[in-house]
Amino acid sequence: MTKVGMTANREWFVVRHPWWVLLLSLLFVGAAGSGMQGLEFTNNYRVFFGKDNPQLLAFDALQNTYSKSDNVMMLVEPADGTVFTRETLQAIVELTKAAWQISYSSRVDSITNFQHTVADQDDLIVADLVFKPLQMTDEQLATVRQIALNEPLLKDRLVSPTGHVTGVNVTVQLPGEDPMEAMKIAKEVRLIAAEFMQKHPNLTVHLSGVVMMNNAFGESSLNDNASLVPLMYGIVLFVLILCLRSFTGTFSVILLIVFSIISALGLAVYVGIKLTPTSAMAPTIILTMAVADCVHLLVTFLHNMRLGHVKKQAMQESLRINLQPIFLTSTTTAIGFLSMNFSDAPPFRDLGNIVSVGVLIAFVLSVTLLPALMMVLPVRVQAKDEPDNTSMQWLANLVINKRKLLLIGNSLLAIVLMSFIARNEINDEFVKYFDESVEFRRAADFLDANMGGTYNIELAIDTKAAGGISEPVFLAKVDQFKHWLEQQPEVVHVNTITDTFKRLNMNMHGDQLQWYKLPEERDLAAQYLLLYEMSLPYGLDLNDQINIDKSGIRVTVSLHNLSTQQMLAIEQRINHWTTVNLSDYEVNAASPVLMFSHIGQRNIVRMLLGSVAALILISIILIIAFRSIKLGLISLIPNLIPAGMAFGIWGLIDGQVGLGLSVVTGMTLGIVVDDTVHFISKYRRAKIEKGLSSEEAVRYAFSTVGVALWVTSLVLVSGFIVLAMSSFLMNSGMGLMTAITIAVALFMDFLFLPPILMTLDRKPNRVSA
Amino acid sequence: MNKIMIGLLLCLAPVVVWSDAQKGLEIMQEVDRRDLGWQDMVAELKMVLKNKNGDEHTRRLRIKTLEMKNDGDKSLSIFDSPRDVKGTAFLSFTHALEADEQWLYLPALKRVKRISSSNKSGPFLGSEFSFEDLTSFELKKYQYNYLRDEVVNGVDCFVIESYPQYEYSGYTRTQAWIDKQRYIPIKIDYYDRKDALLKTQTFSDYQQYLGQYWRAGTVLMSNHLTGKSTALLWEKYTFRNGLTARNFDKNTLKRSR
Repeated sequence: MTKVGMTANREWFVVRHPWWVLLLSLLFVGAAGSGMQGLEFTNNYRVFFGKDNPQLLAFDALQNTYSKSDNVMMLVEPADGTVFTRETLQAIVELTKAAWQISYSSRVDSITNFQHTVADQDDLIVADLVFKPLQMTDEQLATVRQIALNEPLLKDRLVSPTGHVTGVNVTVQLPGEDPMEAMKIAKEVRLIAAEFMQKHPNLTVHLSGVVMMNNAFGESSLNDNASLVPLMYGIVLFVLILCLRSFTGTFSVILLIVFSIISALGLAVYVGIKLTPTSAMAPTIILTMAVADCVHLLVTFLHNMRLGHVKKQAMQESLRINLQPIFLTSTTTAIGFLSMNFSDAPPFRDLGNIVSVGVLIAFVLSVTLLPALMMVLPVRVQAKDEPDNTSMQWLANLVINKRKLLLIGNSLLAIVLMSFIARNEINDEFVKYFDESVEFRRAADFLDANMGGTYNIELAIDTKAAGGISEPVFLAKVDQFKHWLEQQPEVVHVNTITDTFKRLNMNMHGDQLQWYKLPEERDLAAQYLLLYEMSLPYGLDLNDQINIDKSGIRVTVSLHNLSTQQMLAIEQRINHWTTVNLSDYEVNAASPVLMFSHIGQRNIVRMLLGSVAALILISIILIIAFRSIKLGLISLIPNLIPAGMAFGIWGLIDGQVGLGLSVVTGMTLGIVVDDTVHFISKYRRAKIEKGLSSEEAVRYAFSTVGVALWVTSLVLVSGFIVLAMSSFLMNSGMGLMTAITIAVALFMDFLFLPPILMTLDRKPNRVSA
Repeated sequence: MNKIMIGLLLCLAPVVVWSDAQKGLEIMQEVDRRDLGWQDMVAELKMVLKNKNGDEHTRRLRIKTLEMKNDGDKSLSIFDSPRDVKGTAFLSFTHALEADEQWLYLPALKRVKRISSSNKSGPFLGSEFSFEDLTSFELKKYQYNYLRDEVVNGVDCFVIESYPQYEYSGYTRTQAWIDKQRYIPIKIDYYDRKDALLKTQTFSDYQQYLGQYWRAGTVLMSNHLTGKSTALLWEKYTFRNGLTARNFDKNTLKRSR
C-alpha cells in the first residue's frame, strides 16, 4: 500500500499538474539556456592539448625564446611553369607587399625580398634579391634564377627545385585572445589571394600553413553544423513518425531534444567551456541520445492507450514501468561520456561533460516535461497503428532453437574479429584530419607534392654560453647535423644559420667560392653576423633564429607529410643523433606535428584507464540494479565484446586510430549497456515476477523490448553515421566507429546474450528478498 | 549667395585641418628649438634585451654624438660587450629624408665596412629599437598633426601624430606624447605598415643638463606583437666635450676606442 502510494504521489504530480511541471521545466530551460548567448567558438589547434601536455610546454618555451612561427604559406603556381619571368616576379613583389597588411604579421619571406648579400669591393651589400623586376634584363633574370635555385635558404623552402612554384610565407604572432583570430586572418588572406588571381589570371594561389589549418578546424566544424545537424533532425523525425505514429508525440520529443541541447550548452557556457570542433558535436550526440528515453516512454504510453486505457492511466503505467530502466540507462550513458574526462585533450573532456549533462537533462525532461506535454496536448491513437511484433517472435524462436550454434558461432566470430585489433596503428596526421573537400587539405597536398613542408620540427640548440653560437666548434657541429638531417629521406629542407655564416664568409672574401665555408674564428664569426644583422630591414631580422644573448639557435626541419609512426621514428633518430653528437649542447625538439604525434599514444593510455573506471562503475550499478552478481557479470560480456569486435572491424577497413577513436570505447560502453539493461531487466522481471523458465523469459524480453531496442539502436547508428559524414576526420572516424560498435552491440544482444543467459542462468530464479 | 556659402565652407575645411597640422608643427619646432646648441654629447649606454620567456641579456656601448646644423647628427658607437664584438665601432651620419650613411669597423677583420642603406627600419643590435627610432630628431623627417591634450604618467601632454617622410620607414605613423612644459617626449606609440600598434617607447628618469637639455635616463621599448622588450639605461652624460667632425671620420674609425 505504501509503495503504491509513493509511486502514485510521484506520478500523480506530473500527470495531475502538467501545467506546473511545464512551467517549472520552461523556467529551468530558460535559466540554463540563457547561457547560450555567451557561446564562444575556438578553433586553434592548441585547444587539443592540455595545459600540462609536455610537448605543448616544450613548444611554448621554444616559441617564447625565439618567436612564434605560426604562418600562412601562400603558394604561387604560374601556368607557364616558371616563376622567373618579369611579370611573375613583379606579382610576387606585390604579393609580398600585400602580405604585410595581414593582421598580426611579423615577417614576410619570399624569393623577392630575400636579403641577398654580395661583396662590392670592401663593402657588404645586403639587398632584396629581386628589385623592380619589370626593368630587369634577361641576363639579370637568369642570375636571379640561378641564385634562388642554389640558395639553401630558398630552395625547397620558398621555391621548388625546378622553379615552377614559389611561396610567400607570412609569419603571424597570434595574440591568442580572440578565438576568431585564425578566421580573421584566413578571410584577409583569401581576399588578397582572390584579388591577386584576378589581376594575374595565369597565377594560381594555394593557401597552406598553421593558420589555415586552424581555420580549417573551425570551418569544417561550422560546415558540419550547417549540413549534418539538419540531416540528423530529419532522420530523427522520420524514425519518430514511423515508430510513434503520433504527431503530438513526435512534436513533444523534438521539443524535449531542443530543450536538452539548449540547456546543456547553456550550462557549459556558465562553467566557461568554449566550443571546439570536437565539443561542437555535442548537440548531435545529445539529439541521438535523448531519443532513446522518449521512445521507450512513449511506445509504452501509446501502446497502453491503444489497448484502451485513459490517457492519465496510460502515462502513469508507462512511467511506472520505464522510470527505473530509463534512469539506469541515462546514468550509465552519462558515466560512459564522463569517462572522456580521462582524455588528455580538453575538447574531448568538454564533449563528454556537455553530453552527459545533456543526457541527464533529457532524462529529467522525459519524465517531467514529456508526460506533462502529453497530458496537455491532444493525443489520438488508432489500434491498427500498433507496431508489428511478429519479426521479434521469429527472432526469439530462432535464438531459442539454435542457441548452441549461435553461442559457438558468435564466440568464434568475436574471437576472429578481435584478432584483427592488432592491425590498427596509432596515427594522428593532422593534414589528413581533413578530407579532400577541404581547401587546406588540398593546399597541403599540393605543397607536399611540389615543395614539401607542411610538417616541421623545430630544434632549439643551446650552447648555454652567451655568444656561444659563434664558436667554430659549435658551428661545425650544427653544419654536420644539417648534412645528416638532409640525408634523411623524410627531410625536405633544413633552415640553419650556418648557411648564412658561410655566405657571409664568402662575401667578406670578395665572393670567392672557395671561401663558402664556416668562419674559423669566434670573434670573426660574431662580427660578420653583427655586420649582417645591422644591415637587415624590418621583419627580416634573425631574431627568429638566434636567441637574445646569442647562446642558442633555432633549426627548422621541414618534412614530407608523414604518418605518426614515421614522425615518431624520425624524432627518435634525431634524438639519438643529437645525444651522441651534440651532447655538449642542450637540444629541444618541438612543433605542432610532434604534439599531435604524441597525443594519440598519451590519450589511448589515459582513455584505457577511463574505460576501465567506467566499466567498473557501470558493472557495480548493474549488479545493484539486477540485484544479482551473476547477471551483472554476464552482462559484462555483451557490454565489452562489441568494442573489441568494432576495433577488429576497424583494423580490417581502416586501421588508423587517432585522437578521435581513442575515446570511443569509454563513450560507447555507456550506450551499449542500455540495450543489455533493457533486455536483462525484462528477462529478470519475467523470471522473478512471472516465474518463467530462461527460454520463456528470453521470449518475453524479445516481445516487450525487442522493437524498442531495434528502433533506438537504429536511431543511434544513423546518428553516428551522420557524424561519420563530417569532413573532419577526428569527428567522422569517431562517428563511424561508434556506429559500428552500437550495431555490433545490438547484434550481440539479440543473438549472443540470450544463448549465454539460457546456458549460464538455467535455474529458475527465486525471489530472494 | 549659396555658392558663396559653399565656397566659404570649402575654404574653411582645409583651414581646420591645416591648423592642426600647423599646431603640430609648431609644437615640434619648439621641441627642436629647445634642444639646439648642445654641440656634442658623450654617454654610456646599457642595453637590456628581454624575450617573452623573461630571459635577459645586457649589451654595453659608449656613444659620442656631434650636433649638426641643417642635417642629421653624426654619431659614433663603440661596443664594449658582449665580448665577441668588443671594440667594434659604428659610425653613422643620419639624414632626414635620404638613407643614412653608416660604417662598421670590425676589429677581428681590422676593416671598415660600409653598411647597406635600406636598414633604417631594421633592428639595432637585435634589440626592439630600429635604427630610425634611435637616430636624432629632425623636423623634416615627419609631417605632424596635433591631435589633442592628454595627461600621461601624470604629465600634461600634447598628443602629436607624425607621418614618416622617408620612403623605407617601417611605420605608417607614430603618436607622441610631448610634455607641455618641458617639450620632451614622454611616450611614443609606433604603428606598423598595416597601421596596427607595434611598439611603445616610454621615457623616464629625465635629467636636465647645462640648465637646458633634458635627457632620459631610462628608455623602454616594448613590442606588443612579439612580447619582447629592450631597455636603454643611459649614464654619464657629458656635453660640449670639444668634439669635432674629425672625431667622426670613417678613415679614423679604426683608431676609435
